[in-house]
Amino acid sequence: MPARAQWWLLAALLVAAGFNALTAQFNAYFLDVALTCGINVTLAVSLNLINGYTGQFSLGHAGFMAVGAYTAAMLTTAAGGVLLPLLGGQPQLLFLAALLAGGCAAALAGLLVGAPSLRLKGDYLAIVTLGFGEIIRVILQNIDAVGGSRGLIGIPDYANLFATFALAAIAVYTVWALVNSTYGRGFIAVADDEIAAEAMGIHSTRYKIIAFVVGAFFAGVAGGVYAHFKQYIAPQGFGFDRSIEIVVMVILGGMGNMPGVILAAVLLTVLTETLRQFGDYRMIVYSLLIIGLMIARPQGLFSWRPRRGGAR
Amino acid sequence: MTEILQQLLNGLSLGAIYALIALGYTMVYGVLRFINFAHSDVFMVGAFAGYYLGHWLPTGTLGGGLLALCGAMLACAALGVLIERLAYRPLRGRSTLTVLITAIGVSLLLQNLGQRVFGANPRSFPQLFPRRDFQIDGVVVSSAQLAVFAVTLVLLFALRYVVMRTRIGTAMRALSFNPVAASLVGINNDFVISCTFALGSALAGAGGILYALNYPSIDPLMGTLPGLKAFVAAVLGGIGNIPGAAAGGLLLGLVETVVVALGGSTYRDAVAFGVLILILLLRPGGLLGRLQAEKV
Repeated sequence: MPARAQWWLLAALLVAAGFNALTAQFNAYFLDVALTCGINVTLAVSLNLINGYTGQFSLGHAGFMAVGAYTAAMLTTAAGGVLLPLLGGQPQLLFLAALLAGGCAAALAGLLVGAPSLRLKGDYLAIVTLGFGEIIRVILQNIDAVGGSRGLIGIPDYANLFATFALAAIAVYTVWALVNSTYGRGFIAVADDEIAAEAMGIHSTRYKIIAFVVGAFFAGVAGGVYAHFKQYIAPQGFGFDRSIEIVVMVILGGMGNMPGVILAAVLLTVLTETLRQFGDYRMIVYSLLIIGLMIARPQGLFSWRPRRGGAR
Repeated sequence: MTEILQQLLNGLSLGAIYALIALGYTMVYGVLRFINFAHSDVFMVGAFAGYYLGHWLPTGTLGGGLLALCGAMLACAALGVLIERLAYRPLRGRSTLTVLITAIGVSLLLQNLGQRVFGANPRSFPQLFPRRDFQIDGVVVSSAQLAVFAVTLVLLFALRYVVMRTRIGTAMRALSFNPVAASLVGINNDFVISCTFALGSALAGAGGILYALNYPSIDPLMGTLPGLKAFVAAVLGGIGNIPGAAAGGLLLGLVETVVVALGGSTYRDAVAFGVLILILLLRPGGLLGRLQAEKV
């Protein structure tokens, strides 16, 4: 299995590189939507590890994204002048380093959130992660060095098709390989029945923390790409609404259903664009969709088989 | 000294509003064991109901103010029952996460419908009650603050009476103790749950009006933060515990006001969440709550 998954990853990276070479052929709007799709797939897949496979409920994914976005953006803007010559004047190398640093910073934040999660379940955890997300936003609003509530401007335009699609592919591969490894069965066990998993000798706390750290890492990298794509970030952009958006992608796709979540992330991104003309009604449709889905198909739109994993 | 007393007073009046909202969270949690995320938007609807009622009721008089308060409470009670009926009842018996996500959906729906119906721009809230400031030893008490204290006290005692002394209150307590046993002794669970939502939502409506009187700018997204903080207050006091919710609300209001007074006003929204994380780490059952061991 893993060998085949690695071939898939390689193929995905090649396709990403191929598309990247054709960047000039696409119009700007299409490119914009495609990049957003890539970022959203990464976010949804990383949240799927926490909410879907491990059965925890995090409502603070936008917070991790913010940590990654700000860390990466600070490295390429404020520290860029010092770091760029050190890396041989290669902007893409600096971008890569910034993304990794952003991911690590977010992973650290994930560790901080994951630690209290060892005592909390379900709705309490949801509220605490929500709280962490809000605290991150408030803190960013209060740091003048990163622009406070005005936001951070002048971030270089490093993001391209290859970076976003490769990131999405790596995120999908990592989560897939992690969950389908012998070790990774523990995530699903924790989701299915934590007490039974504990009784079988699974260290549930460790699994939860790993899920948070890995999920936060990819959210952070996605945030970094987002920052270098939009070239402007502000704390308000990483609020509760953003977290909900990612959660809806995971729910729509079906918790713990990887292809479903990827499909849902792409679908919702495109849907958001097409619904843009309806303005205010977009969010009303969005919320009705959540309620209707939970009543009619709580397992998600794209889950036909009985669920494996996923929170009950 | 006056400064300290003044801050204490402001903190208590803010806390009293949190307490009113927190009661709704705690009561719903008591019977259904889930966090009603839409509660904060019922609070918002309460403020808007007061706004519209204030336009064709005599404002600035005690009678008009009380009428608006009762009207808003009724409107919110109806809204709460409606939400429970349409969104939560079909999910009875499903996992908490499913219900939690639905509640988030309802909350988003109310906010966005609000932006559509009421308009997204902030409105200034009419002065429903006679406006006057009282001075006691240099401490200023506004009539709006007095209204907060009076209404909260009355509602708290009324709630206590309903829950402890009436048949429906007894049924609520029975339901929160053991739903299956409650239905076995002839309690209509669905009806009791509807009543719980009505009561909790009415309290949120009152909270909405009182909040708007003290911070007279209302908009469809105004509920989110006070709602989240009230939830923190409910957890602080021990969720499912009615006196706990009241105590937690007052305490949180005080803490927040003290932080603002000490110069941390830009961090005021982070305070509540900091308190929440601390309490969940140190005493997950809340100050007055008792943690039950999980049985397999």
